[in-house]
Amino acid sequence: MKRIRIRWHIVVFLAPAVVVYTTIMILPLFATLGLALYSEVENERVFVGLQNFQTLFFDPIWSEQFWNALGNNFWFFAIHMLVQNPIGIALAALLSHPRLRFAALYRSAIFIPTILSFVIVGFAWKLILSPIWGIAPSMLDAIGLGSLYQPWLGQEEYALTTLALVSVWQFVGIPMMLIYAALLAIPEEILEAGEVDGITGWSAFWKIKLPLILPSIGIISILTFVANFNAFDLIYAAQGALAGPDFSTDILGTFMYRTFFGFQLQLGDPHMGSAIAGAMFAVILVGVCIYLFGIQTRMRRYQL
Amino acid sequence: MNKARSNPINAVAMHGALILYTLIALFPVFVIVINSFKTRRDIFRDPLALPDSESFSLIGYQTVFEQGDFFLYFQNSMIVTVASLFFILLFGAMAAYALSEYRFRGNLLMGLYLALGIMIPIRIGTIALLEMMVATGLVNTLTALILVYVAQGLPLAIFILSEFMQQVSDDLKNAGRVDGLSEYRIFFQLVLPLVRPALATVAVFNMIPIWNDLWFPLILAPSEETKTLTLGSQIFIGQFVTDWNAVLSALSMAILPVMILYVIFSRQLIRGLTSGAVK
Repeated sequence: MKRIRIRWHIVVFLAPAVVVYTTIMILPLFATLGLALYSEVENERVFVGLQNFQTLFFDPIWSEQFWNALGNNFWFFAIHMLVQNPIGIALAALLSHPRLRFAALYRSAIFIPTILSFVIVGFAWKLILSPIWGIAPSMLDAIGLGSLYQPWLGQEEYALTTLALVSVWQFVGIPMMLIYAALLAIPEEILEAGEVDGITGWSAFWKIKLPLILPSIGIISILTFVANFNAFDLIYAAQGALAGPDFSTDILGTFMYRTFFGFQLQLGDPHMGSAIAGAMFAVILVGVCIYLFGIQTRMRRYQL
Repeated sequence: MNKARSNPINAVAMHGALILYTLIALFPVFVIVINSFKTRRDIFRDPLALPDSESFSLIGYQTVFEQGDFFLYFQNSMIVTVASLFFILLFGAMAAYALSEYRFRGNLLMGLYLALGIMIPIRIGTIALLEMMVATGLVNTLTALILVYVAQGLPLAIFILSEFMQQVSDDLKNAGRVDGLSEYRIFFQLVLPLVRPALATVAVFNMIPIWNDLWFPLILAPSEETKTLTLGSQIFIGQFVTDWNAVLSALSMAILPVMILYVIFSRQLIRGLTSGAVK
């Protein structure tokens, strides 16, 4: 089957995808990283090397905002890992119980928040938590915890955590579904073998099922990481581009948006915006590499 | 079934936990929708009560229809979503077929290159993308959005579809070749119909994120004529923030289309998510 002539049909099959992907995704990605190396001086683009990054990391005016956004972003991610994934795993464990009735109904209902847009989720929770409407305080009152109520979204200490929990509420369906699939894939014989050895109930979950679903938990963690470090919509919908109060909910996505488009008295700056995009790219790349080379290869893959 | 795994007390506890979480998941949606049908006074007096003949009011919806062009936004969202899905499936399936069917130099490298985009979000390149769209005059057009979503959706689509294409029997394709069918006809008439379930999975995965996206409509197509439903409701709510009837009605109207899509496609979506297509 040695053919020297070009098989044109391969080119035709590949061309549309490669062209769109390259021009709309890959080239702008590198062009943005390139823009970060320039600056605007008297309406002209001048090459400044890594100076924008130096400004971003060390110039107090910028660095304070940058480290604030980066730190907030890590906190945002930490809440997802600590709350979203355990709840998702617990729900999946319940749903995968072999004799549970209405499992499909629960599954579909719990997944509903995930299909809603950030705009709906952001505003809906903003209204519910608002002291003006009073749903949250009166519901807390009803269970005797009324004194705990505070206008969380308006307070610097709590706003970011509250928004992270709202985001957890929205996306818990995804880990739930993926873990559910992983649990269903565990063959009955393995569980029965465990029962013969007296491993049932809780200990069956911890000793048999959990180790078997670790690869799925790894995938969920990296998906969460990428999604969180690229988040923007929820914060923007609930708190606006200024990520208030006093930038306490600012994450890299909102910081980049504000820098690029400008706000209030500050003019938009595509070059500093690109530098922030570069930093986001670096963080995501490091995360993905840690997952691919550090976690995925070491995770024991059981032959199922 | 073993006794140890079906204990009645456990069953009650399990249903209790699941019902509690289901209520948490549905409560905000429920509150928004019921209050959108009430008068302003009743929204505040008893937010948890269902609308009755006394408190029922459509004033919010009236404002929404008078002040916002929601039909246009809806139409824009439809055009963007449907066109993006069509091209993701068409281009994705073609590329997946080329990668899984033919051996050629650079096959593996091309596969890796196309897979890069699964992990790297397209938003990182937004600034240069906007400059490019401005330079080509595509800014504030639906075409810009469609191009972006196609580029964003292709990597995962190609990845999922190539796995399925590998399972299509070679005998069938070779039979087609013996009958003198061109490679194009083999792909479109023999292979494509066989991977329909995979195409549906890819479509459902892409549909919701495209419909709900706020970032690219906000940056690439914020003009009045090209606003999508997500952006349109964001801006509308921002302007009417003190008019609770209008805000609640706008939110309910934004919830409605995705709920309809979900009811139609939820089985497909859940089957896709749980079939291991994402592994």
